Amino acid sequence: MNALARTPRIAPDGAAQALRTVRKTAGRRRTLVPAVLAGAVLALFAVYVLLGTYSFTIPDFFRILFGEQIPGATYILMESKLPRAVVGTLIGLGFGIAGAVFQTLLRNPLASPDIIGISYGASASAVCAIVLFGAAGTTVSAAALTGALLVALAIYLLSRRGGVAGYRLVLVGIGFAAVLQALVNFLLTRTDIRTASEALVWLNGSLNNSSWDRAAVLAGFLLVLLPAAAVLARTLRGLELGDDAAAGLGIRVERARLGLIVVAVGLAAAATAAAGPVAFIAFLSGPIARRLMHGQASLLAAGLVGSCIVLAADFVGANLVPGVTLPVGVVTGALGAPFLLWLLVTSNRVGQGG
Amino acid sequence: MSVAARPSALSHRPAAPAGPQTPGSRRRAGLLLLTLLVLGLACAASVAIGARPIAPGTVWDAVTAFDPSNGDHAVVLSRIPRTVLGVLAGAALGLAGAAMQGVARNPLADPGILGVNAGAAFAVVLGIYVFGVTRLTGYVWFALAGAAAAAVVVYLVASLGREGATPVKLALAGAALSAGLMSLLSAVLVSSQQTLDTFRFWQVGSVSGRDWDTILAVLPFLAAGALIAVSTGRMLNGLSLGDDVARGLGQRVGLSRGITALGVVLLCGAATAAAGPIAFIGLVIPHVVRSFTGPDYRWILPFSMLLAPALLVSADVAGRVLLPPGEIPVGVTTAVIGAPVFIWLVRRRKLAEL
Repeated sequence: MNALARTPRIAPDGAAQALRTVRKTAGRRRTLVPAVLAGAVLALFAVYVLLGTYSFTIPDFFRILFGEQIPGATYILMESKLPRAVVGTLIGLGFGIAGAVFQTLLRNPLASPDIIGISYGASASAVCAIVLFGAAGTTVSAAALTGALLVALAIYLLSRRGGVAGYRLVLVGIGFAAVLQALVNFLLTRTDIRTASEALVWLNGSLNNSSWDRAAVLAGFLLVLLPAAAVLARTLRGLELGDDAAAGLGIRVERARLGLIVVAVGLAAAATAAAGPVAFIAFLSGPIARRLMHGQASLLAAGLVGSCIVLAADFVGANLVPGVTLPVGVVTGALGAPFLLWLLVTSNRVGQGG
Repeated sequence: MSVAARPSALSHRPAAPAGPQTPGSRRRAGLLLLTLLVLGLACAASVAIGARPIAPGTVWDAVTAFDPSNGDHAVVLSRIPRTVLGVLAGAALGLAGAAMQGVARNPLADPGILGVNAGAAFAVVLGIYVFGVTRLTGYVWFALAGAAAAAVVVYLVASLGREGATPVKLALAGAALSAGLMSLLSAVLVSSQQTLDTFRFWQVGSVSGRDWDTILAVLPFLAAGALIAVSTGRMLNGLSLGDDVARGLGQRVGLSRGITALGVVLLCGAATAAAGPIAFIGLVIPHVVRSFTGPDYRWILPFSMLLAPALLVSADVAGRVLLPPGEIPVGVTTAVIGAPVFIWLVRRRKLAEL
C-alpha cells in the first residue's frame, strides 16, 4: 500500500492528477451505484405491491397499512401481496450476495451455488420430504435448509486436499449435482402426477407460499448473515488477488475462505428454504453488479441487483399471461439462459472462464 | 494443454501398426475375450433375474422352446428387448464417452456433464409439447438435433480464449447450459401436466418398457455412429499429441474433430432418445479401460464399447433387485455408481493431462 501511496509524488503532475480523478470517480461510484440500486428496489417494490391484477391507490395503501379494514383489499394486501414482496426482496438479497461471494472467491463468474450443487442439495432433500413424507410448508423449508447445508459440507470436505482449490470445489459440486438430479428425477417417477407437479413448482422456485412467518424466519437468518458478510467482504477483496497476494496482505487465507463459504452457503440455503431454488438469481446478480460498478466486486450491489431481478421477474410471471401465474423461477430461467451464454462467451474471451 | 508433459503418449508408438504378432496385442486380445464373457454373463443375468423369481431351468426353456401359454415364459421374453436396449445404449454411451474424451483431450468429458443430455432432453420436451410427439420414433430426431446443438454450443463456448477447452471450462459450460435448458424445460412442464407425465418417465433414464419398435428406430443411428466412432482410433491417437504435433504428422485436425463429433452426436442422441439421459457411463468406462489398455485409442474404443454395456446391464439388474417390488431406473443406479468415481478422478492430481 505504501509503495502505491508514494507513486504520485515521483510521477509527473499529469499522471498524479489522472490517478486522483480515477480514484475519485471510483469512490463516487462505490456509493452512487448502491444508492441508485436501492432506489430501484424501492420503486419495483411499490410497483409490485400497488399494481397488478388487483391495484391499490397510494392513499388506500397507507390507510390499510395503518390498520383500516377494507373488505377484500386488506386481505389481498396484508396477507398476499406484501409478504410476497418482502420474501421476494429478501431472497433476492440472499441469493445475490451468496452468488457474488462464490464467484469472487472461486474467481469464476460461472461458479454460483445453483451450478456447483448446493441448490441441488436443497432440491433433493425437499423433494424427498414432499414425495416420501407428504410434507408441506415449513417442513419442506426445513428439509431444504438441512439438505443444502449437508451437501455443502460434503462438497467442502471432499474437495479438501491440503487446502481447497477452487476448481476442485467446482468439479466435486458438479458431480454432486448430477447424482442429486438423478435422485430428484427418480422420486418424481415414484409418485402420482399431482404430487409430482407440486414438487415441480417447488423445484422451480416460487413465491406462492410466502407468508409473514416465512418472511420473519428469513429476515432472522439475514440479520445474522448479512453483517457477517459485510465484515468478511474486506478479506474477499484480498482473496480476489490470489492466495499468495492475500497472504502477503496479512489475510489468513484458509480461515477467511472457510468463513466466506459458510456465510454464502447460509445465505443461499436460507433463501432456497423460503422460496425454492429460484434459477439464476445467484448466478446473474454478481456479474451485473460488477458491470455496473465498472469491474469492482460489491456484495451490497449484487444483493440489490438480486432483489430487483426477483421482484421484476415475479411481477412479469404473475401478469404476463392473464389467468396463469408462472413461478418466478420459470421467468428468471427464461431470461437467464441467454444472458448466461453471452456471459460464457465474453468471460472466456478475456480468459477468466476458468 | 501441455504436450511436453505427456512423454508417454509420444513413446507409445503413435504410428506403428499394432499387428496381432506383438505380445501386448495378444494380451489385449485375451482381455477382449474376457470382456465379451463378462458382457455375456451380464446379459444372461438380465434375462434370468428380475422382480418375479423364475427358475433357471424355466428361463432356459423359455429361450429354447417358447410356450406362449406359460406366464413365466412371457416374462422372460419381455426381458429380452430391455436387455438388448441396455447393451445398445451402453455400447453407444461407452464409445461416445471414449471418443469425446479423446477429441476434447479432457478426462471429464461425458455426455451428461457436457450438457448433451440436457440438449436432447430439452428438444424431446419441445417435441412432446409443441408437436405432440408421443412415439419414440419421433423423439429420435428431436433428441439428435438437441444433442448436436448442445455439443456444438458447449464446445465452442469453452474453447474460446487463449488456453482452449480446459476441463473446468468445459464442465462449467456444460453445467451452465444444462441449468439453463432445465429451467426452460421446467417452464414447459409447469404449464402442461400432460407433458410432465410423459416426460418424467423418460427423463429418469431407463431401459424398461421399451419394445422392439423403439430399438429398430434407433438402431440405424447407433450403427452409423458406432462405425464412425470405432474407426476414429488413429485420428484420436494423433489428436492426443496436441494439435500442432498432429498437424505436423500430416493430420487434418479440424476434419478429425468434426468426424469424431459426428459419431459422438449420433451415438449420444440415439441412445438418449431410446433410454433417456443416462449419466456417467461414458465418463467412467474409458478411465477403467485406459488403466489396462494404455493410451492407444484403437484399443480404448472397442474395449469401452464392450465394457460399458456390461456395466449398464449389470446396473439395470441391480436396480431390479434392490428395491422390490419396485425398480430403480438404470439412470439412477449408474449415477450412484459413477459419481464416486468422478469425484475420485477430480481429487487425483493430474487432472488436466490427457
